[in-house]
Amino acid sequence: MTPQANLTVFAPVTAGREDALRSLLESMNTQPGAANALNGLIPFGALGELHFARLVILDDPTLGDCALYHLPRPNYPVYLALLCDFDGSFDAFVKKLVQVAAEGLRRIFTHCTDFDPALDLERWLKTHHVRPATCYVNWVGRTMLEVREESALTDALRAFMSANPAVANLEPRQLHQSLRNFAAAEQKAGRLTLTAEKATPLGWVIGNFLHLIGVPLALLALAPFLLLYAPIYVLLLRSKERSDPEFAPRPDAEHAARLSALEDYDVTNQFSAFGSIKPGLFRRWTLIFLLWVIDYTARHIYRHGRLARVNTIHFARWVFIDNKNRLFFASNYDGSLDSYMDDFINKVAFGLNVVFSNGIGYPTTNWLALDGAKDEQKFKYYIRRHELPTEVWYNAHPGLTALDLARNRLIRQGLENAAISEMELQQWIQIL
Amino acid sequence: MAKNASVDFADMQGLLRFGYAKLTEASFLLLRIRDAAAARAWLAAAPVSTAEYQSPPPAAALQIAFTSEGLRVLGLAGDVLAGFSAEFLAGMSSDRSRSRRLGDTGNNAPQYWQWGGAARVPHVAAMLYAREGGLGAWTQTVKGVGWDAAFEVMDCLPTSNLYGVEPFGFTDGVSQPTIDWEQQHMMRDPNEPVLDYSNLVAPGEFLLGYPNEYYRYTDRPLLSDESEGASILPGAEDRTGMRDLGRNGSYLVMRQLAQDVRGFWKFANGQANGDADERRQLAQAMVGRTLKGDPLAQAAERPITGVDAEDAAQNGFTFDADANGTRCPFGAHIRRANPRTNDLPGAENHLISKLVHTLGFEDGSFRDDVISPTRFHRLLRRGREYGPGLTQQEALEPAPSDDPERGIHFISLGANISRQFEFVQSAWLMSSKFGGMTGESDPLLGNREPISGCPVTSGFSLPREGSAPRRLEGLPQFIAVRGGAYFFLPGIRALRYLARER
Repeated sequence: MTPQANLTVFAPVTAGREDALRSLLESMNTQPGAANALNGLIPFGALGELHFARLVILDDPTLGDCALYHLPRPNYPVYLALLCDFDGSFDAFVKKLVQVAAEGLRRIFTHCTDFDPALDLERWLKTHHVRPATCYVNWVGRTMLEVREESALTDALRAFMSANPAVANLEPRQLHQSLRNFAAAEQKAGRLTLTAEKATPLGWVIGNFLHLIGVPLALLALAPFLLLYAPIYVLLLRSKERSDPEFAPRPDAEHAARLSALEDYDVTNQFSAFGSIKPGLFRRWTLIFLLWVIDYTARHIYRHGRLARVNTIHFARWVFIDNKNRLFFASNYDGSLDSYMDDFINKVAFGLNVVFSNGIGYPTTNWLALDGAKDEQKFKYYIRRHELPTEVWYNAHPGLTALDLARNRLIRQGLENAAISEMELQQWIQIL
Repeated sequence: MAKNASVDFADMQGLLRFGYAKLTEASFLLLRIRDAAAARAWLAAAPVSTAEYQSPPPAAALQIAFTSEGLRVLGLAGDVLAGFSAEFLAGMSSDRSRSRRLGDTGNNAPQYWQWGGAARVPHVAAMLYAREGGLGAWTQTVKGVGWDAAFEVMDCLPTSNLYGVEPFGFTDGVSQPTIDWEQQHMMRDPNEPVLDYSNLVAPGEFLLGYPNEYYRYTDRPLLSDESEGASILPGAEDRTGMRDLGRNGSYLVMRQLAQDVRGFWKFANGQANGDADERRQLAQAMVGRTLKGDPLAQAAERPITGVDAEDAAQNGFTFDADANGTRCPFGAHIRRANPRTNDLPGAENHLISKLVHTLGFEDGSFRDDVISPTRFHRLLRRGREYGPGLTQQEALEPAPSDDPERGIHFISLGANISRQFEFVQSAWLMSSKFGGMTGESDPLLGNREPISGCPVTSGFSLPREGSAPRRLEGLPQFIAVRGGAYFFLPGIRALRYLARER
């Protein structure tokens, strides 16, 4: 298995150069917000291991919400973020990215304060990479190569059955054999490839194992302290939940229109959001701890197709910036934003609440996990208001949802399983 | 949160409670306001029908609804108007993102609509209903004096009585949510999942000013007690000192959908090689019901809340027992439009099971639990057919050169256009990925337009027991959008407020 990794670069934009940067980024698109795969600046399509990428200018219009806590509007820079999700190692990807896009990257990052075109670009990108607090990958180890090959396989099998109705009507065992023969012939003719999975890098296996046992051990070691502190924590939490102000007005129409103009061309959409964490150590430590726990579940539990009940998220990450005073969230999800938010509310409100309730203005929660997002209208306003337009977005597999990818994988596994059981066979034919 | 024991039918337009089935003649007048003062004067005297029971039943009815542009022209203050929902304010056709989501692309695009597109958005819809033979006289009565000074008739949408059948030939309007008028069954804790599909829905899903299925009040315009003229409005249940312009009102979505009845039956006939039984079965599979309205899915083991005994044969079912779609295809129209899912599919009513399902730990198929809980996405439908009917036999014959248009004036009521109509239309009906499928959209409503990465959306799969699904390809477009708009159907006191002299 080849695990995925991510690049998450943040760089402050030089004051006054934001507009120039925005129009440069626009030149990378074929339609609002959707990158031309072979654009002249970063030809994403030339990076075969890349799943998703985006460039976002992080100019938070909600910074003034600090006034709810009688704090002055902080003076944070506007950032440019470059996000990539890819197969294989971080180092290899950055190297390749610089190989195919050095000139374009320089032209883009020239708009940032601490960029000097004379610098070693590869090193500069690495030093500006911010490790996300939480990463979610829909299917750990499913490479782009696999995605492409399995999608081609499904298409070929369906086309074959459609051209040969008699085959589609065969009884299951015969159908299985017939499709196996067809796929073998196609592979032989060079029209289909089904590459075998590579061995998992040993370093990753060890690191992952240490993480798997390390976090519970750390929690165990912390347990006496956590238990001792728990009653105080609960008291503090309840008092804060009673006093923290809500601020979730309807986003202004212009902001909402800018966002929706970027959506629903593809079956998958991007989401970028930004906000300030409530002042004080209590919320900050709560958030650090919970994102650590969620990262653990994403790494070791929700590895194959769903994050709790949600099966529409391809990649997502939470990133702290500005000394952990602000939190950035980015995801790639299937369907329209309304259905995404409905999933949040109806399926994983508890998960959203424990994280986002530490953000300024979030709808009031109880016991950290309850209510909050269940205040549907306020939650939707809150989310939309904190969302930022994603200037450039690249999806290496347009038209394929996470469920499509899961189904295509099952189709391949069933096909390759010569000794498929009767029960497996019955399920397999239903998804063809 | 204040609790209201029951709703005020006298302050509500009748369409929220009645379909006016006995009033078989109807026409919908789409109006532009010529003169706001004259329009207000006419509205103040208009004989609008309420939701109270009348004995004897009325011989005619009138309902009035406004687009956001209509409310503005009528003179509603901008800050009050801004309290309506964003999608109502924007309108159905104003924004290309919305059109993409609703499937209003290709030849469904608003630029081709007969009404409701950019320059042809009506201000007011006057909906007239009468007993057979009575519509002409009722129309004259309704217009009365002052009509011509007030309005210009932009369009008159006639309807026809096909005796309970929609143009393709299927019994129409079989499934409707039952409104929990008494508010006795409401889920008061939104954190608690509802484990059974229920057809009994909170009034706040359809009426503004009442708690919805989240036990929250949907946004609507509230005015302070002191604001001019507001004293005739009902008070806001959730905000003391405020008057509620939305209370007892609803949003009304209207879309004119032309149905290619000949195309539908000819396609089914071609697929069935002319076999009448197979043709009918295929058409029924696309709909998910028999021509008479009986569901293809099997009846539920337990009665469903909000489905009464006489309705049980046609609506006492869910798709839970048909996990592979072999009885009713996943893509069948009624399965897309109302998937009858509960909040936590597969969970049993004890803590461990609920926890396992909430955390997504259950073991199952990749397409388990992919559909949103249905109770947040219900539509109260009040559509009417138009154009002459056609039998199956007639539909298979060649069309005359002057074949008239036929179809349905789709009308739905709801308190939240984006979560109800727009969600159902985009995430369920038009989506080429509904329920883990691919390459197909609603067999009846699909526009068959390609989308990025999905060149084909015109398929239809028929899962079969013991063999691979049968896949139909190249479904033609059967339904085309001819017009549409979002309206606000005010309560009676709200209507008086809008019509007041000033």
